[in-house]
Amino acid sequence: MDGNIWVVGEQWRGRVSEITYELLALGREVADSLGVRLEAVLLGHNARNLAETLGKADAVIYGDHPTLAEPIPETCAKAITQLIAARRPQAVLTPLTNVSMGMSTLVAAALDAPAVNFCKEIYAEDGVIRARCVLYGGKMEARVGVSRQPAIFGILPGSRPAEKGEVSAAPPVEEVALSLPETSCTRLNRYIDPEIGAVDITQQEILVAVGRGIQSKDNIEIAQELAEALGGAVCGSRPVVDQGWLPLSVQVGKSGMQVKPRLYLALGISGAPEHLEGMRGSDLIVAVNTDPTAPIFNVAQYGVAADALEVLPALIERAKAQKTKAAQG
Amino acid sequence: MNIIVLMRMVPDVVEELEVAPDGKALDMEFLRMVLSETDDHALEEAVLLKEHFGGTITALAIDAPEIDDALYAALAKGADRAVKIVDAEPGLSARAAAALFADAIKELGPADLILTGAQAIDDLDGLVAPLVSHTLGMPYLGTVTQVIPDLAKRTATIIREYPGGVRGEFDVPLPAVLGIQAAEKPPRYVPVAKVRAAMKTQKLETLSVQTAADAGPGLVEVIEMAKPAATGRAQMLEGEPEDIAGKLCEVLAARGLL
Repeated sequence: MDGNIWVVGEQWRGRVSEITYELLALGREVADSLGVRLEAVLLGHNARNLAETLGKADAVIYGDHPTLAEPIPETCAKAITQLIAARRPQAVLTPLTNVSMGMSTLVAAALDAPAVNFCKEIYAEDGVIRARCVLYGGKMEARVGVSRQPAIFGILPGSRPAEKGEVSAAPPVEEVALSLPETSCTRLNRYIDPEIGAVDITQQEILVAVGRGIQSKDNIEIAQELAEALGGAVCGSRPVVDQGWLPLSVQVGKSGMQVKPRLYLALGISGAPEHLEGMRGSDLIVAVNTDPTAPIFNVAQYGVAADALEVLPALIERAKAQKTKAAQG
Repeated sequence: MNIIVLMRMVPDVVEELEVAPDGKALDMEFLRMVLSETDDHALEEAVLLKEHFGGTITALAIDAPEIDDALYAALAKGADRAVKIVDAEPGLSARAAAALFADAIKELGPADLILTGAQAIDDLDGLVAPLVSHTLGMPYLGTVTQVIPDLAKRTATIIREYPGGVRGEFDVPLPAVLGIQAAEKPPRYVPVAKVRAAMKTQKLETLSVQTAADAGPGLVEVIEMAKPAATGRAQMLEGEPEDIAGKLCEVLAARGLL
């Protein structure tokens, strides 16, 4: 049927990614407000059982093919394009993750359809679908409209709690035939799992996170000193790891680790969406950043608009003193 | 090996950003433009590949404020040609930019690799690498961190990033379009003197391409742009560093974190 809302699910290494359920929760709201059906699409190979977990949708379209065993964006895009062309949904919500990176753009290009990236919200206004998008590293937000259907929306992680998209009831699953080449021209050889570093940051209760604002590799030692005083570990944002100042095993964010410590102390981190994705579930977030308008202050409970390097010495001294006092008391 | 690097300028988000009077775009007047961060990584990866495997690099950019500096810096780093696409509208969408790039690549002649940033902070209506790959009918991979070409076989082994620090190893036939997330090494610093020398000894080429990209109305329209509303704003602690440290430690102690 024309005009439905679609959610493209993501399965990777035999599991449905959490963002799939976030998209289902979001898609449910949009479909209900427009009075249309919510349909989920899942691609894979011998993965029909995964399709049955998408019960938040009214129905699931499951496409099975040997080349879809692992989600290669180019191959997935071909399959999704065929399905959209045949069934004409009005809006397709796709995950904006590293796994699916580029897929929604390829689908939109193939269909000459509008693509909208960096969406944090999708809503219907006067019967028309609109998106709220995060631009310029989180410094701006835009309300965005599209000129025609179907429109392909790339949704950032965290749009809805995943639990809201998880239901126990199994949906009707329709398995569809896809006409795809027998082999992909882009071939996945293997996955390389990360070497676990000396510290597993996903297991730490207290994390001192450093970003670009830490300015130099030498200053990491000061952050390390604070982490030791607090009984935690140091982690970092992408730019710091790209500079080689910290190992990849302690990177937090889209490509790095997802952490949920009791305390996340962000030093010199502006809070781009890619970073927030990895740490917004922390119990307590405290941020120190020179820019008082930095997006990190929108997720932090406490903030300090200052140069982290100026605050650090006093903080280390006070933390050490307090620890000593607590130990004596 | 011939590599084309696609480069775009984006607003420097370290600066304060303001919305234009029409409320639909950034106010360009006081903007400082910088090379998109991942494009800088794409250029670095190209220079590393040239150092290891030989070949040529063409830096290809769309005319924009500060673009000449970025192109001369590319020459100083090791690019052999720097080509500027002229007569383009300012503030192009990713879709329109990709159409210009694709046309220009056809003009420039055969390449083995086309590298650009995995994504830019203003890629509202699509990503450039997959758009260019679609138009040129070449394979695409994004979030790439390593490229190991095998020119005899006309293939490359590619490493790309997944969540949780996982990486994937792929084989792709060449030519291919790759969205670079991070080069194998941080982008090199090039001294101003070297850029000045490039300005004196090398010339930027210009290229005018005809494209249908600006013919029709856009598929995606910004209705309103604004700074994000302060939701769940942090409670700000103020004072001298000692005062701030004291207040913070009180917060931590109250929660049993100290």
